[in-house]
Amino acid sequence: MRPFIFDSAATPREAVETAQAWNAGTNGAAHFLAGGTTLIDLMKLDVMRPERLIDINALESSDFGRIVFGEGGLWMGALVRMADAAEHPQIIREFPAIAQSLQLAASQQIRNMATLGGNVLQRTRCPYFRDVSYRECNKRDPGSGCAALDGFSRSHAVLGTSDQCIASYPGDLAQALIALDATVDLASPSGLRRMPFAELHRRPQSRPDMETVLQPGELIVSFFVPAAPWARRSVFLKVRDRVSYEFALASAAVGLDLSDRVVREARIALGGVATVPWRAAEAEALLRGTALDEAAQDAAAEAAFSGAQAREHNGFKIELGKRTLKRALAQAAVMEI
Amino acid sequence: MHETDCQSDRSPAHSRRNFLMVTASTAIVPALGPAANAQVAARDVNPSAASDPVGFVLEINKRQHRVALDVRTTLLDTLREHLGLTGTKKGCDQGQCGACTVLVDGRRVLSCLTLAASVQGRSVTTIEGIGGSGGELHPMQQAFIEHDAFQCGYCTPGQIMSAIACVSEGHADSDAAIREYMSGNICRCGAYPNIVAAVNQAKLSMRA
Repeated sequence: MRPFIFDSAATPREAVETAQAWNAGTNGAAHFLAGGTTLIDLMKLDVMRPERLIDINALESSDFGRIVFGEGGLWMGALVRMADAAEHPQIIREFPAIAQSLQLAASQQIRNMATLGGNVLQRTRCPYFRDVSYRECNKRDPGSGCAALDGFSRSHAVLGTSDQCIASYPGDLAQALIALDATVDLASPSGLRRMPFAELHRRPQSRPDMETVLQPGELIVSFFVPAAPWARRSVFLKVRDRVSYEFALASAAVGLDLSDRVVREARIALGGVATVPWRAAEAEALLRGTALDEAAQDAAAEAAFSGAQAREHNGFKIELGKRTLKRALAQAAVMEI
Repeated sequence: MHETDCQSDRSPAHSRRNFLMVTASTAIVPALGPAANAQVAARDVNPSAASDPVGFVLEINKRQHRVALDVRTTLLDTLREHLGLTGTKKGCDQGQCGACTVLVDGRRVLSCLTLAASVQGRSVTTIEGIGGSGGELHPMQQAFIEHDAFQCGYCTPGQIMSAIACVSEGHADSDAAIREYMSGNICRCGAYPNIVAAVNQAKLSMRA
């Protein structure tokens, strides 16, 4: 691991001001350290090379570490540990897709360490990204190429890819947040800003190294999930090589608002198959007003993957992704709420 | 509680590192020869600030340990290499196998992905800290022995720490729950059925 300067911040202001002052100079990047389950791992592998770490775990005793049910929905601080949100009885009851996405992610040790803010920023598991002995990786080294394009691509994305990167977004929570129309609050020295969570991640296009719209030194403060009609009837379904402790080959977060079995509103986000947490807006539109019969499910699944592009080894994800979505829709439809 | 000095201060490796830092800052590096030069030159970030040992106190198994460490040192390496607590094992060192599981403030975490400096002020429990004061085994240790819940034994300290937390979290109500909540601990020998049996036995005496 390369040397870095380590300090901790006692307040959010101290954290963002320290990071901004550092980043404004000629230094390499300053990074916030929360659970460390991605950052320390990738620093050991020499994939991430921060020159300064600002430990923000002391903020856990503030609102950063709280889960609050308030006016109109659920607030979750960025330093809430995955395990605590996964097992929160009211989240399980009122926002089941959120709880399920967390229960199905990682192991209990990692869920005890990893925070919600860090989780949504988790880096890809693309083996060519994680192994620096591969010279070509546009995420690690912009302009160097992409070893995955002609490499072993079984785990890679089929949606949102570019000719520069096909790395799959690895997380689960982000899909649930998108399906439930969450917003995210971000702090910087110039103040607080709020945006739809679905706008946080950037598709790789020509700059796979720029994974989010976060500015250098900007810090995720919290997530807000509105108590929308489809929040209670929501499901997170994850399909993977092992039954536990494994990344998704395909996943679907689904929320439904039904009236007499007819779909008033549908929300769909897909994981394991895309370069970013993927909202399937066309599929949602096709489901509105239908009775969610098999034909409607088929049409939605076809629409969700109509733009899919497979490489040599990941073509199976297109069919798997469609079936995962259809099963999630069927499960949500029969939920008793 | 009493304090013990970090043993690493006396270890040859650590002394050499301190020595290099001292010589670098007093500009007599050339006297150390080409190898030492290369080592110092390879530091590409403000070395005096980034690599100097940092002193702090860690609470391990209810004892305070004063340590002086490079901030890059993980909790796992601190336990094994600097404090002589080698019960915690290094498996993958990448957060994938669970062999390094310890408790921090009672919650199971991976010590290989934890910087020692980030657990100042917290209470760390390792496999060495779970037995009775008279050397009695913890019920989970006893159950692992009685059920042959290991073959080579390398993953076992991590399995036991994880299993103790699995029970205290309330995740050991069924075989399925035990398997799910122990999935972060890989056993290459495949002792899984025996591990489930051991957890099922120990959870009864842990409740008592």
